[in-house]
Amino acid sequence: MRKLLKNNAVQSLLASLICILLGLFIGYIVLLFINPAGAGEAILNIVKNFFNYNRPQAQFKYFGTTLIKTAPLLMCALSVLFAYKVGLFNIGVAGQYVAGSCACLYAALAWGWSWLPCMLFAIVAGAVFGAVVGLLKSYCNVNEVISGIMLNWIGLYTANMILSNVQETGGNHTRDMFSAGRAAILPSLGLDKLFGNKFVTLAVPLSILLAILVWVVLEKTKLGYELKATGFNRNAAKYAGMAEHRNIILTLVLAGALAGLGGSLFYQTGHEQWTCTASSVPNMGFNGIAATFLGGLNPIGTIFSSFFIQHITEGGSHLDLKLYSPQISSLISSIIIYLCGFVLFMKHAMTNAINRREEREYREKQARAKTGKGGEA
Amino acid sequence: MLLLIQYTLIFASVLLLVALGGCFSEHSGVINLGLEGIMVIGALGGALVMRYLPAGTSAFVIVVCTLLGSVVLGVAYSALLAVASINFKADQTIVGTALNMLGVAMATVIVKAINTAANPDDVSSTIQYVSPKKAFLVNIGGFEFNWFMLIAIAALIFAYVTLYKTKFGLRMMACGEHPQAADSVGINVYKMRWAGVLISGALGGLGGICYILAGVSEWKFENGVAGFGFLALAVMIFGQWKPTRIALAALLFGLFRALSNVYFGFDFLVNLHIPGSVYNMLPYIISLIVLAFTSRQSRAPKAEGIPYEKGQR
Repeated sequence: MRKLLKNNAVQSLLASLICILLGLFIGYIVLLFINPAGAGEAILNIVKNFFNYNRPQAQFKYFGTTLIKTAPLLMCALSVLFAYKVGLFNIGVAGQYVAGSCACLYAALAWGWSWLPCMLFAIVAGAVFGAVVGLLKSYCNVNEVISGIMLNWIGLYTANMILSNVQETGGNHTRDMFSAGRAAILPSLGLDKLFGNKFVTLAVPLSILLAILVWVVLEKTKLGYELKATGFNRNAAKYAGMAEHRNIILTLVLAGALAGLGGSLFYQTGHEQWTCTASSVPNMGFNGIAATFLGGLNPIGTIFSSFFIQHITEGGSHLDLKLYSPQISSLISSIIIYLCGFVLFMKHAMTNAINRREEREYREKQARAKTGKGGEA
Repeated sequence: MLLLIQYTLIFASVLLLVALGGCFSEHSGVINLGLEGIMVIGALGGALVMRYLPAGTSAFVIVVCTLLGSVVLGVAYSALLAVASINFKADQTIVGTALNMLGVAMATVIVKAINTAANPDDVSSTIQYVSPKKAFLVNIGGFEFNWFMLIAIAALIFAYVTLYKTKFGLRMMACGEHPQAADSVGINVYKMRWAGVLISGALGGLGGICYILAGVSEWKFENGVAGFGFLALAVMIFGQWKPTRIALAALLFGLFRALSNVYFGFDFLVNLHIPGSVYNMLPYIISLIVLAFTSRQSRAPKAEGIPYEKGQR
């Protein structure tokens, strides 16, 4: 048992669970403050999400809806994770996601491309945004957090400008993919029938595959090793003959590509349209940051944490709007990220507690051994 | 033209206040990426005060109370960053990002709860402050002088004097450069860093209320502050962490931000037929370019972003 607690992975899992429970608890307290009568039910509604429906078919359908949004969220989380392993904080993930979304939507609606070229175009767009951050970081020493945020806003306004060319007449959304860009809808592999939800597509399994791929690249390849080494110590990596400039740029290009693909995996399902008057960067990117840290910085853990974050975000829509606002969910997920800042401390405390107890037991054992010897003599 | 100057000055005031906040925090050794969230919460504090003050309150009382509201909430909120990054040695980037998200979410939830409690059909996150806003403005021959311009200048003088002319400021800067050395001569690094972060919370809160009062007379809290906290950080880097240079940088950025509000007042700009979105992007593009040229010889405080641990060499 104690050995288990000392294990790094177990500690990460425990720390994440503590973050989730504390986050939900604080959320519950906030609900109590707003309206004590319905708070208990409201927090249950958030946690239950699609279980709020009674019929199994409906449950399955809305489980599918959560999965549809989990796929892009997972891509964003992987993007943040990949960069973070290399010591870079890719807060520009939201902008890269927007760039990908914009690219695939425009290619689909204006040029009528089919799904694969659209997807590749989205990946390229995301990668370009990532490359800008990487170039600025490696050659001009610009803090990647600040340049990332600037690119988020540049991306948002550019996307609004470009996509307003393909918006439906009289509205401010882009045209419906099912009627205007049928060819670009991702193949469903029969998943749509399984879930009884026409928006469930290839995106879901693909995103999980990519999570595994990211794990393989980071842990099992020379490239991953080099990238991580650069993250640990840029100068040491350079001294060891690694191309540190190239590694930094490459990391952000790959991270951007993952986020760009996220945009494609969401908008090419046709589930939602882009709002051309959007005045704030989509939450997907920032939720991705939450999922990354909640997942204990592990690609496989990220799959589950992405699902959880999306689960409670969706759960927010089941609240009684007359009493509470759906933003309670984002409140809870931001509290969870805040608490994730304490993970290192929690792990430290766990290890310390175990070590101290072991030491005490060891000393007691020694003391007993001594008295034992005394008795013999 | 007058309008352009007016908007430039007001946006420059916002950036100056927030950038000085960042400057205090970073000089003490803590990177404050949560400025954006602090601005939102500060703005919330001020807006709530304006909402609840009785109608007949005199202009002076309105101004003082609103400012106090923003400062108090800004300081309280920045304590979240301080406790995590100074006492628990958390990753400052994660905590800062969390505070940004939390700020918007919290403000939205609070405002919506207040609105819905007042009127069950109102699920918006908007606070209106049409009449109290007038307390901040003095009309001088068509030019709307805003008290915040004066406050920003006062903050600049305060920052300059505190950082360079007082024992407290010099000690604080020592904690951002070499905390071990500072500790060895008896300076309490933790206390100094707390002070730096809390001051940045106060200035960030002021910047927030100034931002939402800049052009409009109601604010939708769902929108946050549109990256202004980060623009302020760019201003701070461009100003090389020095208050006077930060002021000049703030003026430059303020000008570009103001252009998006008033570009249609200039015939030659309208004739260029550039879409409005381009003007919206302008401050962000300029800051990228400026950062690309100025980040090379960065004079950032040496120990910023590294949690201080006693006994570590």
